[in-house]
Amino acid sequence: MASYDFLFNSTGLEGWCDTEQSSAPTSMADLMAAAQGTEVEITAWDFPFPSLDALNESCGKIPETRDLTKGLEDGFLAMKDSLRFVLDPITEPLSWMLDGALYLAEVTPWWIVIPLLLLITRMISKSWSLTIGVGASIVGLAFIDHYSYAIQTLSIIFVCAAICVLLGVPIGIAMSRSDRLQRAIIPVLDMLQTLPTFVYLIPLIFLFSVTESKLYGIAIILYAIVPVVRLTDLGIRMVDKDVLEAAQAFGMTPRQKLYQVQIPLALPNIMAGINQTIMMSLAMVVIASLVSAPGLGVLVLRGIRSLELGVGLVAGLGIVILAIILDRVTKAALARVNASQH
Amino acid sequence: MTEPMISIRNLYKVFGSDPKAAMKEVHAGMGKEELREHNGHVLGLKNINVDLQEGEITVIMGLSGSGKSTLVRHFNRLIDPTEGQVLVKGEDVLAYDELQLREMRRKTMSMVFQHFALLPHRTVLQNTALAPVVRGEDKSEYEPEAKKWLERVGLAGYEDSYPHQLSGGMKQRVGIARALTSNAPIMLMDEAFSALDPLIRTDMQDLLLELQVELNKTIVFISHDLDEALKLADHLVILKDGEVVQQGEPQHILLNPEDDYIVDFISDINRARVLRVRSIMEPLNEKIEHSGEIQREDTLEQVIAQTGGESSGTYLVKHEGEPVGELQMSTLVRSLVPQKRSGH
Ligand SMILES: Nc1ncnc2c1ncn2[C@@H]1O[C@H](COP(=O)(O)OP(=O)(O)O)[C@@H](O)[C@H]1O
Ligand SMILES: [Mg+2]
Repeated sequence: MASYDFLFNSTGLEGWCDTEQSSAPTSMADLMAAAQGTEVEITAWDFPFPSLDALNESCGKIPETRDLTKGLEDGFLAMKDSLRFVLDPITEPLSWMLDGALYLAEVTPWWIVIPLLLLITRMISKSWSLTIGVGASIVGLAFIDHYSYAIQTLSIIFVCAAICVLLGVPIGIAMSRSDRLQRAIIPVLDMLQTLPTFVYLIPLIFLFSVTESKLYGIAIILYAIVPVVRLTDLGIRMVDKDVLEAAQAFGMTPRQKLYQVQIPLALPNIMAGINQTIMMSLAMVVIASLVSAPGLGVLVLRGIRSLELGVGLVAGLGIVILAIILDRVTKAALARVNASQH
Repeated sequence: MTEPMISIRNLYKVFGSDPKAAMKEVHAGMGKEELREHNGHVLGLKNINVDLQEGEITVIMGLSGSGKSTLVRHFNRLIDPTEGQVLVKGEDVLAYDELQLREMRRKTMSMVFQHFALLPHRTVLQNTALAPVVRGEDKSEYEPEAKKWLERVGLAGYEDSYPHQLSGGMKQRVGIARALTSNAPIMLMDEAFSALDPLIRTDMQDLLLELQVELNKTIVFISHDLDEALKLADHLVILKDGEVVQQGEPQHILLNPEDDYIVDFISDINRARVLRVRSIMEPLNEKIEHSGEIQREDTLEQVIAQTGGESSGTYLVKHEGEPVGELQMSTLVRSLVPQKRSGH
């Protein structure tokens, strides 16, 4: 006897339900009751919510909730092959790039990589003190044998952040030019930003095999692309109307306006977006070690899995150091752009 | 009279979601306030007819919100009219396609903005050279030109500075140099000096007049300041609520205001400094003995200073050495008092 029998009895639907009613007791309470040989007395106090499962007890025709999740899964699996057929070739270059970058980072000797990184730092930030700080950090990490892990993490971030910028800036520009497109894209960005990071991984694992690097590449890009898109859109929309009008009055073409006025004036915002994109790539690359992304995240994961406290903590510290380096260098570049405009 | 450089014919501009429909009500006689209350449309300009002569400074004056910026933006079609015609050198600008329009903006018209509107990421020199850069000209050609104009507006040595390093007055000098470097015969100036301090403003007005003697451009100057308008204008157009209330030679408007609004408007200015001998002199009368000579282009203030405050007698008016008329001091004194409009 289930709680909602009265509903189906009173509406005369019992005949429709009865055809396949499961005779097996489903709930723990039913089992206990069956064992004791008594009916469960249902008081108003623990009268169940009319959920799918509760209704199913009274009427077998009503599906259970696990049928719903099963249905979703089946649907996804049915789509998977066709989805894969489209997505696989498109995303394949991502695997090549990630594998290529990781390979390059592995085969290039440290005495080339470290000076190269310092040179890039110096070029972007134009600051000696920052360059020295970065040098000290990397040398420190290398000294405690975390060099290869750190370089792997950096390689993945470089590749993913570069792709985020290459895709995100044009998307942001397109959004800034069409209110309709903006209205369509903003909910997607909101969703990408609010979904817990682990949730991305679930459909991706089904779509691609865990051994492919693009799996974590896509997860990182989806998560990290949001700020650069948002801030490009915002930056271009905030460009001084007077200056745009001047550009118009002097006969600029739309293309000239975009490249000579809108993008340069939006650059501080775009750079702020790139800074956030890089920081979010770093956050995600750690989580992505769950799906075989190499780097410092692997060590953190080892720390958690096999309770190696020291390994986990040191790797965590390494991540903090990388985060500070990346943040400082991009902020220095941002400050330079800002200084030349205000 | 020669063909005007720019002609505005029966121009109307309505802002709102359906301007064409609103135009019907405007033609039926609905005014600005009524229209706004009726269906939320703003009547920006109403039946404007203005001719701008080549080589003259036309000042469009009116209070804030009277439609000055809207009007000047019709000249280079930053704003399209709801109805009416814009003719530049006799050509209908409204018939232009994108390409012709850009061509006109690049070669025929330049513009100076109230808030300077310089590109913050480019140097002063690059900003000055905006027009030739947009036209795709060669650096070796336009750089000397841009440098020349920078020097002409008094900014030699600032070529490599950035706009944020300059004061307001200097920024607007760049704005003017930028407009001049475009070499366009028409220059639109929307409240170009309104954001500047009074002293710097006077300097800039003098600079503009000085350049104009040399360049003879057709200038449209927007201002909300009567003193500035009177100082610069060859032709003065007074706007109120999107309508022209009076236009003409500034001295003429001053002496013959056609509207109470204008009477109020001009009641506070220093007439002695604005009015000139030519506007109030009379034809030569041989019989009268002259107590002295004055110049036709003198302001009344200069005459008063010259005659030492004498309020009687008649002076001979000369221009370029020739006698052209005479002026009774009593007429001068009377003209200093604003007249009530005839019919009141
Ligand atoms: N884009 C617009 N949409 C609606 N109303 C406008 C727009 N531009 C100007 N107006 C209105 O037109 C009138 C004239 O504005 P404007 O030409 O800027 O005046 P001014 O330059 O003389 O201060 C004002 O009432 C203003 O509110
Ligand atoms: Mg204005």
